[in-house]
Formats: sequence, C-alpha cells, structure tokens
Amino acid sequence: MDNGNKKRHSFGSGFRTFAAAALVICISSTSALASEGGAELEHTGNDVDNIQSLQRGARNFMNYCSGCHSAQYVRYNSVARDLELTEDQIANNLMFNADNTFETIVSSMRIEDARRWFGQQPPDMSLIARAKGTDYVYNFLKGFYIDPDSPTGVDNRVLEGTSMPHVLWQLQGYQHANFVETPVGDEGITKTEFAGFEYLTEGTMSAEDFDGFVRDTANFLEYIAEPERSTRRKVGVWVIIFLFVFLAIAIMLKKEYWKDVN
Amino acid sequence: MARVEAEVGVEKSGIMKWIDDRFPFTETLKLHATEYYASKNFNIWYIFGVLATVVLVLQIVTGIFLTMNYKPAAADAFASVEYIMRDVEWGWLIRYMHSTGASFFFIIVYLHMFRGLLYGSYKKPRELIWIIGMLIFLVLMAEAFAGYLLPWGQMSYWGAQVIISLFGAIPFVGEALVELIRGDYSISDITLNRFFALHVIVLPLALIALVFVHIVALHHVGSNNPDGIEIKDHKGPDGIPLDGIAFHPYHTTKDLVYIIAFLIVFSFVVFFAPDMGGYFLEHANFEPANTMATPEHIAPVWYFTPFYAILRAVPSKFWGMFLMVLAVALPFALPWLDRSRVKSIRYRGWIYRLALTLFVISFIALGYLGLKPADTVYVYLAQFFSVIYFSFFLLMPYYSSIDKTKPVPDRVVYHG
Repeated sequence: MDNGNKKRHSFGSGFRTFAAAALVICISSTSALASEGGAELEHTGNDVDNIQSLQRGARNFMNYCSGCHSAQYVRYNSVARDLELTEDQIANNLMFNADNTFETIVSSMRIEDARRWFGQQPPDMSLIARAKGTDYVYNFLKGFYIDPDSPTGVDNRVLEGTSMPHVLWQLQGYQHANFVETPVGDEGITKTEFAGFEYLTEGTMSAEDFDGFVRDTANFLEYIAEPERSTRRKVGVWVIIFLFVFLAIAIMLKKEYWKDVN
Repeated sequence: MARVEAEVGVEKSGIMKWIDDRFPFTETLKLHATEYYASKNFNIWYIFGVLATVVLVLQIVTGIFLTMNYKPAAADAFASVEYIMRDVEWGWLIRYMHSTGASFFFIIVYLHMFRGLLYGSYKKPRELIWIIGMLIFLVLMAEAFAGYLLPWGQMSYWGAQVIISLFGAIPFVGEALVELIRGDYSISDITLNRFFALHVIVLPLALIALVFVHIVALHHVGSNNPDGIEIKDHKGPDGIPLDGIAFHPYHTTKDLVYIIAFLIVFSFVVFFAPDMGGYFLEHANFEPANTMATPEHIAPVWYFTPFYAILRAVPSKFWGMFLMVLAVALPFALPWLDRSRVKSIRYRGWIYRLALTLFVISFIALGYLGLKPADTVYVYLAQFFSVIYFSFFLLMPYYSSIDKTKPVPDRVVYHG
C-alpha cells in the first residue's frame, strides 16, 4: 500500500513536470520561429493601444499608401469608431476613394494599369502585418536603397527585387546600402551581408521623425490586420474572472458531494 | 415496467411514467450516469475523455455559426473568413474558438491516448474501446485536414497540395486516387466544395457515431483506473463495486471542476494568443491562396508534424508514405503487442517505463522536426527518432514479456 501511495504521488507531480516541459517547449520554439527567415529585422517598438499613433498611421496610410494599396476588408466607419474619430472627420479628411463611410478601403488604381506599371497588382494591406509581421512592414518601409539596375531605381533590403518604388523618398531621402562579402569556408565561397545604410540625400524629415512616421504607419497596419484585438483582450479578462468564480463554486460543490467518498 | 419501478423504489410522477412507458429514459439515465460505477481513484489523466467530448461539442456549436457566414467557394472563402473576423457580431470569437478548439482537440486526444499507454487501458477487456478510439483519431485527422483547407489561405492551399499528392505514391492507383480526392487536376474550387461537404457533414457524423460507440463500449466493460484493477471483481452485497462511485453525481461534479479549469486555459489562448505564435494559426495563412507562388516553407499544422517528420525521414516517397501509414496503424495493434501481465505502469518494471519515456521523447522530437525544413541534420535526427518510435511498438511483444512486474493489490489505492 505504501508503495502504491508513493507511485500515486509521483504521477501527480509527473503531470506537473510534463505540463511545465510542454510549456517550455512551446515558448522556446515560438521564439525560434520568430527569429527565423531572411534579413535581421529591427524591432518596431509600436503600441497598438496608442490611439494617437494609430490616428497618425491612418493619416499616413490614406495619404501615401491607399493610392495603390487596398485594404479591402477594412471599413472606414469601423476605423473611425476604433480610432475615436467621428465619421465626418474620416469622410472629410481621409476618405479619398469612397462615397460612404461603410465602404471598404479600395485603391483607385486599375488592375490593368498596375500590371503594366509594376508587373503585378500591389498586394492588399488588410492582413499584411499579420502575415509578415509588424517588424517586417517597419523594416521594409525603411529599407529602400539606391540600385541603378532596378527599373524603379531602388531595391529593398527586406524584400529583394521588389517592384515597389520608394514612395516615401521625399520624407526619408535616398540612402545607399553597404554590403560586405565575408568568406564562408576555404573554397572561395562568400556570403553577402548587409552592413548598414548611409544617406545620399536628405529628406524633409529627420531620421528620428521618419522612424516615428513609419512606426505609426506599421502600427496602423497592425491594427487593421486584427481590428477586434482590443475587444478580444477586454472581453477575455472578464471571461477569465467569471470562470475563476465559477471554478471556486465548482470546487465547493465537488467537495460537498465527495464528503461521503472514503 | 412494474419490475423496474420496484427496483427504483421511487414513486414516479405522471409525466415520467408516461415517458418511461414509451422510452427507456430513466433506465438509460441510470445505466450511464446515476448507476454507472467508475473507480474513485481517478487521477488527472482520466479527465481527457470528458474534455475531448467538451471540445467536440464546442467545435460543432461554433462550426454551425461559422457555416452561417462562411462561403465555400475559391473566390469567396478567404474574404468570408475575414468578414466573420471583422463584420459579423462576435464572429472573431466564434472563429478563434473553432481554430483554437482544433489544436486543443489534438492536445487532449494525444494526452488521452497517453493515459491509455500509462495504465494499459487498451488491454483485455478494453481492446475494442481502444480500436474505436483509434478510428476516432483517424477521422479526427481527416476532419482537421479538410477543415484546414476551408480558409483558403496560402498554407491551406499548399499544405493540401503537398499532403494530397502523397497519395500519388501508392502504386498503380495513386494518380487516379489523387484525382478522385481533388476532383480536379489540381486543388481548386471543386476540391474546396467537397472538403466543405466532408468537413461539415460526413466526418462530423462519423465522429459523433464513433464517440457514441466508444462510450457505449466503455460503459459495457467499465472504466479502467490508475491501478489497472477490475473494480467489478470486488462487489458489495448490493452488487455495487466496492471501489466504484456513481458517475453522477460524483464524477460529474469532479469533472466540472476540470472542465472549468480547462476552459480557463482555453480562454487564455482564445483571448490573448489566438495565433499561439504561429502554431495554431499559421502566419502564411493570412495571405489568400495563390496558385502561382508557394510559401517559403510549407509545414503542416503542429498536430500532424510527428507523422510528417517520419514521412520525410525516408528519401523514397513511397516508403516515406508507407512508414507514415504504419506509424498511425501500429497503435491499433497495441492490445496484442503488449504481453505484460499487468495493466498499470504502477506495477510494471523499469523496461516499460524506459520504453514509454523514450517513446514520448521521440514523439515530441518528431513533432518538432516536422516543423523544421528538411535539412540534412534534421533528417538524420528524424530517422533516429523514427527508429525509436517504431521500436516502441515492434519490440513490445519482447520487452513487455520479460519486464519484471510488481504484485498488483486487490483493491484500488485511494487516499480520500
């Protein structure tokens, strides 16, 4: 009997060890997944709960992006609601391609024109931050550099060979990318590594202001990728509080019934 | 009828008598709840059957609401999912519950199966329960696979492309079979339509039917317990197993505690990490299916990756496929592979403990490797862990028969 007692005990704690190990594996492999893939990305440092930043991001997106890029699942009126703006404010200042605030953000560029100019339709932006990550968007927007061989005159560090021109050149200016060749092994094979940008021409914004501009824009893209995020988190807190109260009652109920089990 | 009433010894009200005269309502309730006796010493491993049922119900209920807004057409599917996420009232919650439920279904089912391995729940007289359970696992995999195509994202499309093309490795009929599954020469609108039909009608019906049979078989022979003792061998004068307590109200009140605890964990994921770092909802699946461009790295969802790693461990497509099928098929034979005299790991020797530990490590390792690209080192590791995986089953008839067992007590170990 004593032996059985010991075993029973070890399996209770066995489950806890098991659960802890599973959690550790989960967390460590999550970070492994995030760090994988192409160029090393600078952290955006955005805050999707910062309404002012989102409002600036919305302004940036509507003025600089929405001419070519749609966000076809995003409605103007839901942006107004979530960003604490009135529908009139949105309609008068930020709605260039639609008649009604219940419409979604659709670019005015015709698909045939886009294909002729860029070889493809500019991708929809509704979910780009969720598919690629906010840091990807942030680094992409900052990552244009002069490349005389490219039809647009620029290439991008994050997405080599992109057909997107440097839309924000007036703000950022043009930059040159330095690359260094480092040998891999002894057989003359080299690896090209990015070694930083240097400014060729100044933009209208300082480097810090431009970072802020891009951060707000990336922040807005993160928000439109999952507009219900803040509702989700608010509701979640109450659901979990409710469940803990329910749990306490259930434990008392169980104890009451199990009194006569021995 | 009079006989049953005499047994109950309770005066029935008019309406219950009216029903019981026409349908065995009270009798069924007694048989499966108030007079179904299960061991009083169940530990936490015995909760996953109930939790799997809870998740099945969750999936069906959320699935019904998703179906009301989802459009099973290649041109509309992706947009309809975003419509649910953004414009349908509480649509995001229903969708996240369904997508999180899919992953939790597998977590729970894997733990439920592991419980079987811990306490020999597949051994005589529960062989059929185990086999029905394995069938449930097969249908669940098909159900998850069909469901994964429906959002029509990049991973939906290319994952399905890769997995369906595997059937092409079957000699002679392979190519024809692939066309039959797809209904087309590549994954298309037609494939999406038939997968929708499978996902919402055929497979859920099969699942519910099998779960029903699983429970009927279980209640016929009675539940196992952590000591692997038949509680029916020791009955009191009233014919009730001495170590048994009624499913209702004892096990139901205990299960309720665990169900709520589970819902708390479940809610943490649904409300605070629905992507689960790209494992429950893969990043690439937020891009609509593009038939012209493959994603950088195609990996199935995490719950298929142990088997996917076995598939890729072999250079030949046919043998890879063969081993993957074998990996799923071998557990069916467990009741006959295990020659041990005792059921529970509590009374088994060190050999089975070691074998089970290695098996769990290899299963988790294969799951991890299946998520990784097929680089040389990963493939070698996958081969190594595949050997352990198969050895667990194929060597079992030998090691389980020589493993020294401890004496099993007559009655279950319970400390109130």
